[in-house]
Amino acid sequence: MALSQADVLAGIKEIVEEVAGIPAASIELNKSFTDDLEVDSLSMVEVVVACEERFGVKIPDEKVTELATVGDAVNFIVNAAA
Amino acid sequence: MSQRRVVVTGLGVTTPIGGDVATTWKALLAGQSGVRLLTEDWRELLPVHFAARVATEPADQMERVEMRRLDRSEQFALIASREAWKDAGSPDDIDKERLGVVIASGIGGVITLLDQFDIFKEKGARAVSPHTVPMLMPNGPAANVGLELQAKAGVHTPVSACASGAEAIGYAYEMIKSNRADIIVAGGVEAAIHQLPMAAFGQMKALSTRNENPAAASRPYDIDRDGFVLGEGGGVLILEEYECAKARGAKIYCEIAGQGLTSDGYHIAAPDPDGGGVQRAIKFALANSGLSTKDIVHLNAHATSTPAGDVAEANALRKALGADADHVAVSATKSMTGHLLGGAGAIESVFIVKALQERLAPPTINIENLDPAVTVDVVRDTPRALPAGDIAALNDSFGFGGHNVVLAFKSL
Repeated sequence: MALSQADVLAGIKEIVEEVAGIPAASIELNKSFTDDLEVDSLSMVEVVVACEERFGVKIPDEKVTELATVGDAVNFIVNAAA
Repeated sequence: MSQRRVVVTGLGVTTPIGGDVATTWKALLAGQSGVRLLTEDWRELLPVHFAARVATEPADQMERVEMRRLDRSEQFALIASREAWKDAGSPDDIDKERLGVVIASGIGGVITLLDQFDIFKEKGARAVSPHTVPMLMPNGPAANVGLELQAKAGVHTPVSACASGAEAIGYAYEMIKSNRADIIVAGGVEAAIHQLPMAAFGQMKALSTRNENPAAASRPYDIDRDGFVLGEGGGVLILEEYECAKARGAKIYCEIAGQGLTSDGYHIAAPDPDGGGVQRAIKFALANSGLSTKDIVHLNAHATSTPAGDVAEANALRKALGADADHVAVSATKSMTGHLLGGAGAIESVFIVKALQERLAPPTINIENLDPAVTVDVVRDTPRALPAGDIAALNDSFGFGGHNVVLAFKSL
């Protein structure tokens, strides 16, 4: 099923707010998970697993390190679901 | 180096009868029970349907996002430590290399361990929380408090079942005495109210099964006592080197004068009926603190409400204190809080500090008929005034495995 970029961004905002307590309003495509949003390595694992469950995609561990920004994650998920 | 002395400058708790020290102490003096029927459906799977849950849920005392990365025992540790640190005047200026943490737990993050195993079985390995290990490790409560306060003199977690909380305070005392630190955040916590630990304690026939009247189930020294009531929560004391506390103008509650530690070498779970290990621990604590049996006016007993344990302890106290036991007001506060396992010795130490401060020994509730085998002077039903002047008190704690810890406190 194709996912829109807007849908995925909205979903990631909810997940990051739930997992790391970062207000959804401050989560934007160009924000870095670690540098801007201060999502630590353990919480990033939670974000990844929650995204997999929510969007029905697989995010391999070796890809996770490439997902530096929220936009990287959105693009990966949109492509993986296409 | 001159002899270093250790004083108490801050207190914090979360218990089945109150979410902080003031509320808990008030409820304790009023003789309120914190034991209630469990609301969970799983209680029907067990012979015991009740426990002593904390009076104030952690969700009312900390942020949701912080909570979800912490085992319940770690939540209790942070809640009690924050209260104690604030009570001590928040000495944030201390050199962090002179600040330590010793917080014990009897079982560690057992709820996390069991919950995550349920998730693993249902959803597989990838659904297991990456926070599981830091949440289940027994040193997690101490580590989280150490992290928050940036303590760098050492963070430790002694484990000796139900003596753990008292052993932590004793360890902290030794750290200050031996000049490893000037301030230690010390205490114990437990969060084990879950069907598996309760089933396991039930199989040992250690728990009361008085389902028809939970508030009367924890009844130390009563002839009809039938086991302990599992409680949860924790207590923390700020221990400080005396000169350090004086120099910063800290409020000083009392002194920790010494401790005695022994082991029974008798049985993995049963108390030694001769109580030799307990007697030796009391003697060592008195010798270590320069006190005599004449100085002791109050004792917060381990007294968990088990048939064998209460009498074995009372006999040991009588033998160790001799005729001087006649002027020792013995309080069994587990009659109200239930048994916090690794948190017990810590909250009971907090109660002793309050008792010395307010010159009041808290009551023991639910004694309808005192067991005639108990030959110590038990404070029943209402608080009892303690004498003016220089006084001292003892806390004794014992753990499965045959661990005996006695702490000596004296007024300043």
